[in-house]
Amino acid sequence: MLAESLFFSAVLFVIGVVGVLTRRNAIIIFMCVELMLNAVNLAFVAFAQVYGVAGQVFVFFVMTVAAAEAAVGLAIIIALFRHKQTVNLQQINLLKG
Amino acid sequence: MLLLQQHVETAATHPLAGTAAEWLWLVPVLPLLGFLINGALSVFGAARLGPDDPSGTHEAGHPGHASMEAGHGGAGHQEDHHTVTRHRFATITSIVGPSVLVVAFLLSAVIFWQFRNAGEIHAAFVQRYFTWVATGDLTIDAALMLDQLSLVMLLVVTGVGALIHIFSVGYMRDDPGYPRYFAYLNLFVFFMLLLVLGANYPVMFVGWEGVGLCSYLLIGFWFSDKANADAGKKAFIVNRIGDFGFLIAMFMLFANLGTLDFQQLRIAARELAPGGALVTAICLFLFLGCTGKSAQIPLYVWLPDAMAGPTPVSALIHAATMVTAGVYLIARSSFLFSLSPVASLTVAVVGALTAVFAATIGLKQWDIKKVLAYSTVSQLGYMFVGVGVGAYGAGIFHLVTHAFFKALLFLGSGSVIYALHRAYHETHSHDDAQDMRNMGGLRRYMPITFVLMWIATLAIAGVPPFAGFFSKDEILGAVFARARESTLADASWLGIPGSFVLYACYVIGLAAALMTAVYMTRMMIYTFHGPNRTGEKERDHLAEAPWVMTGPLVALGILSAIGGWLNLPEFLALGPVGSLEHWLEPVVGEATLRITHGHPVEIAHSVEYALVGAAVAISAIGIWIAFSRLKPEALVPKTRAKPEEGFERVLEHKYYVDEAYDAVIVRPTYATSRNLLWRGIDVGLIDGLMVNGSAWFARGFGWLGSALQSGQVGTYAWVLVLGVLAIVGAVTIR
Repeated sequence: MLAESLFFSAVLFVIGVVGVLTRRNAIIIFMCVELMLNAVNLAFVAFAQVYGVAGQVFVFFVMTVAAAEAAVGLAIIIALFRHKQTVNLQQINLLKG
Repeated sequence: MLLLQQHVETAATHPLAGTAAEWLWLVPVLPLLGFLINGALSVFGAARLGPDDPSGTHEAGHPGHASMEAGHGGAGHQEDHHTVTRHRFATITSIVGPSVLVVAFLLSAVIFWQFRNAGEIHAAFVQRYFTWVATGDLTIDAALMLDQLSLVMLLVVTGVGALIHIFSVGYMRDDPGYPRYFAYLNLFVFFMLLLVLGANYPVMFVGWEGVGLCSYLLIGFWFSDKANADAGKKAFIVNRIGDFGFLIAMFMLFANLGTLDFQQLRIAARELAPGGALVTAICLFLFLGCTGKSAQIPLYVWLPDAMAGPTPVSALIHAATMVTAGVYLIARSSFLFSLSPVASLTVAVVGALTAVFAATIGLKQWDIKKVLAYSTVSQLGYMFVGVGVGAYGAGIFHLVTHAFFKALLFLGSGSVIYALHRAYHETHSHDDAQDMRNMGGLRRYMPITFVLMWIATLAIAGVPPFAGFFSKDEILGAVFARARESTLADASWLGIPGSFVLYACYVIGLAAALMTAVYMTRMMIYTFHGPNRTGEKERDHLAEAPWVMTGPLVALGILSAIGGWLNLPEFLALGPVGSLEHWLEPVVGEATLRITHGHPVEIAHSVEYALVGAAVAISAIGIWIAFSRLKPEALVPKTRAKPEEGFERVLEHKYYVDEAYDAVIVRPTYATSRNLLWRGIDVGLIDGLMVNGSAWFARGFGWLGSALQSGQVGTYAWVLVLGVLAIVGAVTIR
């Protein structure tokens, strides 16, 4: 059961990573980041079956932080859209050196 | 001043304790005071001059003067008295400048009197004022030392110095830089006194460097003429080479003997191996210092150029006092030199070669001061022969008499130049006031100078009973005696037996004496005898200098005439025999005896008479040659003179030594400095590689960093992921 769960978690994580690396829409990238977080949550839950309940406690922490992060992140994206009229990250390079 | 009065440790038991010698510190401080006052007057006066600067009005008043000056060219040429605008503080300077020296001389005379009456004094009287340097094992006190040798120098420096200061009042009064001149002159005397009174090598070295500085300042006194400024630089730079030797010698002394104090060194030196490599090296490095300061081969080239300074400066610094510092240094270091026959022979050989070499150049110079300059180099060579063969008393004796007659010769030439310059000034002529071809027949116009200059000429030529006869004879006799029996005669120099070297020195000395008589008589004939060549208009303005200038001349004339009585030889006992020799015995006696196998040298009276007869005959022949061969009637003024031919031309151009040095040393140095040090190392390496290179490196690195900062979040994410993969890979693969 553990192996399957971890495999599934890894697949989800890789999908998230590939999404972050390949997509340009900020909202989709944001969703891919969420996907990576939830893949990690899945791994925590799976490990909790073996190593004790601490993994499940961590999952709650992660979910709380992810919620806060979603609020701040979406707010930034909205502010960015108001400023640039786009959410395409290739057209946003304000920190170019 | 307060520090000076703190006598930390006075030898309370010394016979001189509690006498006027306690006031020894005042002797150098007086000229220092004069320097401060005159320097303040100079600075204060200059600040107020502004647009009314006399040198500015002068150019306007004499149109065409500058172009004439440029036309003269030639190093060493200058015109004294450029303007007649007197400095506003000239009167104060005239009082302060010479009087500090007169008071210093009177104080020295009182100290001398006390010293004489204190009976036999064997230990030096040392006054320590404060600790100057204290690091590790090295402790240097600011201390003055009074012994028989420094007392002789003290009297010469302050006495002759005072006379020359008085002469300067007449000679320099109308110069716009008058207070500055006296400030430098006073400062020079201060440093010179420090040099002769210093109780250890470092204090002496401070004086040594200080007189070099003042020499530089005074040679370039009329610095607006580039030739004068260059002459000052040349003197300074050439002297640095010698000072390097002095410094190395001091380092070696401290490293091996652990002290630099004269009295401690004298005792410590007894432990050194006689004739050893160490003491020889120390002595040779010290002598390198002497060749610089005292203008010996190979570093003599600065002294003739130093004639660019005012004539009293030439008399004081470049004839009577500073240039004799090297002789003093060797006499002071006699406890070292007597241990090293090789170094002593080197001193004697270099001295003898310099004496004859400079004398030949002096035969063909036209500038009256150049003749005297080469004569000074030559006579300094004599002194080095004396101290080289271990006749330290004879060397110092010649130093003293030379100070008398050479100061007189220079001041006399100054008086001549002054007269000619004044005449040229009246007639607005711009001829060379120092060229002997423009003089002639001056005895009718300047009788006092004429007579006194002849006294000095006879003295330097070695005609009895004038001063130079006794001192020169003493040196030649000492060389002859030591060639027969001494540690020097037993040693070998570059594979040549010492006694042969010394006999050669004796013969060379005689040859130099012959030429001295010839060129000095030549100078007198061309200057004072024969027809007058100054020109019709100028002739009416020729006159004797004022009393303030002739007075010191008379005093020096008397000293030049009777100076030999200081140290009469045994066979001519007209008074106390060998006073100076006996006087110096506590200082140099041990070293002298060491060279002569522990007992005084004895020459049979018949041999002695023969030597003296030969010397006198040579002087007489020299004077006779000059009178019979030279035709002042045939001379023409400088502007119409034909160039010389053959060997005479070589002599007139001083054997082309300056040109040779220029080609071998100066130009390669310039080329190296310009191409390697400047363009290669400074511009290429330091500026190019180091300074600009580091800037280029930082800029390139920054460009790389800025290229990474694309602002594209995707790129950052890729880099992040690749980094994570790399770390994970590294950790798992191991």
